[in-house]
Amino acid sequence: MGEMQELSTFWFVTFGAVKVVAVFTVVMAVVAYMTLAERRVSAFIQDRLGPNRVGPFGLLQPIADGIKNIIKEETMPGTAAKFYFVLGPALAIMPAVVTFAVIPFAAPLPTPVGTVDMIVADVPIGILYILALSSLAVYGIVLSGWASNNKYAFLGGLRASAQMISYEVALGLSVIAVLLLAGNVTLTEMVWKQQQLGLWFVFPLSLAFIFFLISALAETNRLPFDMPEAESELITGYHTEYSAMKFSMFFIAEYAHVVTASALMATLFFGGWDIPFWPGDDMFRHEGAWIRGFDESGAPIPTSPSVLITLLTLAAFSVKTGFFLLLYIWIRWTLPRFRYDQVMHLGWKVLLPAALAYIMLIAGTMLVLDQLGVAYGMLYGLVLTAVSGVTTLAFLFFVDRDRVISGAHRKRTTRARAPRAVADPAGRTPPS
Amino acid sequence: MAISVKVMRRPEAGRMSYMRATLKGMSLTFRHMVRPTKVTLEYPEEQPELSPRWRGTHRMEVHADGRPKCVACGLCPTVCPANCIRLVGGEDDQGNRYPIVYEIDEFRCIFCGMCQEVCPVEAIHVGQHFENAEYGRDRFVYDLDRLMEQDHPVTQLWDPSDPRSE
Repeated sequence: MGEMQELSTFWFVTFGAVKVVAVFTVVMAVVAYMTLAERRVSAFIQDRLGPNRVGPFGLLQPIADGIKNIIKEETMPGTAAKFYFVLGPALAIMPAVVTFAVIPFAAPLPTPVGTVDMIVADVPIGILYILALSSLAVYGIVLSGWASNNKYAFLGGLRASAQMISYEVALGLSVIAVLLLAGNVTLTEMVWKQQQLGLWFVFPLSLAFIFFLISALAETNRLPFDMPEAESELITGYHTEYSAMKFSMFFIAEYAHVVTASALMATLFFGGWDIPFWPGDDMFRHEGAWIRGFDESGAPIPTSPSVLITLLTLAAFSVKTGFFLLLYIWIRWTLPRFRYDQVMHLGWKVLLPAALAYIMLIAGTMLVLDQLGVAYGMLYGLVLTAVSGVTTLAFLFFVDRDRVISGAHRKRTTRARAPRAVADPAGRTPPS
Repeated sequence: MAISVKVMRRPEAGRMSYMRATLKGMSLTFRHMVRPTKVTLEYPEEQPELSPRWRGTHRMEVHADGRPKCVACGLCPTVCPANCIRLVGGEDDQGNRYPIVYEIDEFRCIFCGMCQEVCPVEAIHVGQHFENAEYGRDRFVYDLDRLMEQDHPVTQLWDPSDPRSE
């Protein structure tokens, strides 16, 4: 046991193709049902029922929507730049559907012909691939906003570019803290490192998780950061001029980004497919064998993949991702939209310096721990958890209470010095 | 008179906790998410409970032998503010008056219920019924036969349990 049987090239390609199709299908299905979940959950939050007419509990609604969008008439604005107008949705949807490829979604699956990694492409650059491709998504948005030849679409595109650039920085910096602790950029190894630490990275890197969550909301253009769409200000922003399936492609792209971001949060900070409190599912490729971990003397403990563990870990991964999908919806229907200047303020003046400082702190703490000879394990994690916990509380205290993000009243009192009608205690302005 | 504007008192700067407000909002929406308050009536499956005074589609009462109770006195077309009732009266061999033509245009009708109030023999009624959609406009002029076919409960002009509408 524990010896590895490598896949032959034929089976590697075959399983690769199957995984591509399967993952793409599942992601698209999750996207479809995410739209339904969004509408149903928002309805429940607002004491409505939501779409419940098509199929039991409205479960066939996404199919009906799809059919509707396909057979709907496509409109093409007369003054649009036609080539780029058509290119926009394609550019938007492409990065959204390929980023899921590097996320491991279960423990390796044993088959008679060898062990199959439950990841579409275990590329060595892992998270860098996701960062590179997800930032391409803004091109589709900017291009479609510009090509529509519509001022609202154009404003939406501009906002999208500004916002994506701002929050890409904070997103990258929050990931750097994870990279420091994991010591690698492949997501497979990050899962393994979390299993070895005995703690999910959300605990030792709690502030990085908060930064990542906020940036991910901004990156996926979801409320409270949906500046590029901002229905009440910009009609629907960059996709104002789009109809039928082209509009639907932006919609699919947005939700695919949400799915990827949720899966990424689950992988980077919540142990990926790891099942908590059970070392039995820990599994990693080490010098040509599957190991569970190392004993006191440093010798590897062998393990072997099993179908049951694969299924259980797949379920664990789905639960974690599903939780973040729900969180996305939940946040969207709770929080109001930020003002544009608040978004920029938060990105550049709060998250960027705070994330930089946090990286320094984590790196410093890790350096001290390494110098003291603390082994990578529970104690290591707990020390980092304590440091991060204090920092997180300090950060939240600092951000809270009007100090950093302030409402309109603060703006008014600091800017306008002109005497104003003062409200009397009854809350009425004196008649003029 | 000046328009009175209610000015919301803002908390002083540095005294408002956005974090706490956010968490409060999230918990509120979560409570509704897991247990929504039901306010929607799922109409085709669930029927609304109509008030006894609901004034809807008309109905003509009939005698046991199938004749309309209407005596063609002409009060209802006279009182009708929308002028939607067309009545042509006739008289049989025994001198009983009866309607030869009795038509109500449901499009013009404003469902005030005055026809029912004024009717001396309690023949014409408005009813507790509202599902009178049709495929064509020509189907909205109800003739005598159609009015006699209606079998929904008729409107009570006052609620018997609450006659003064308190």
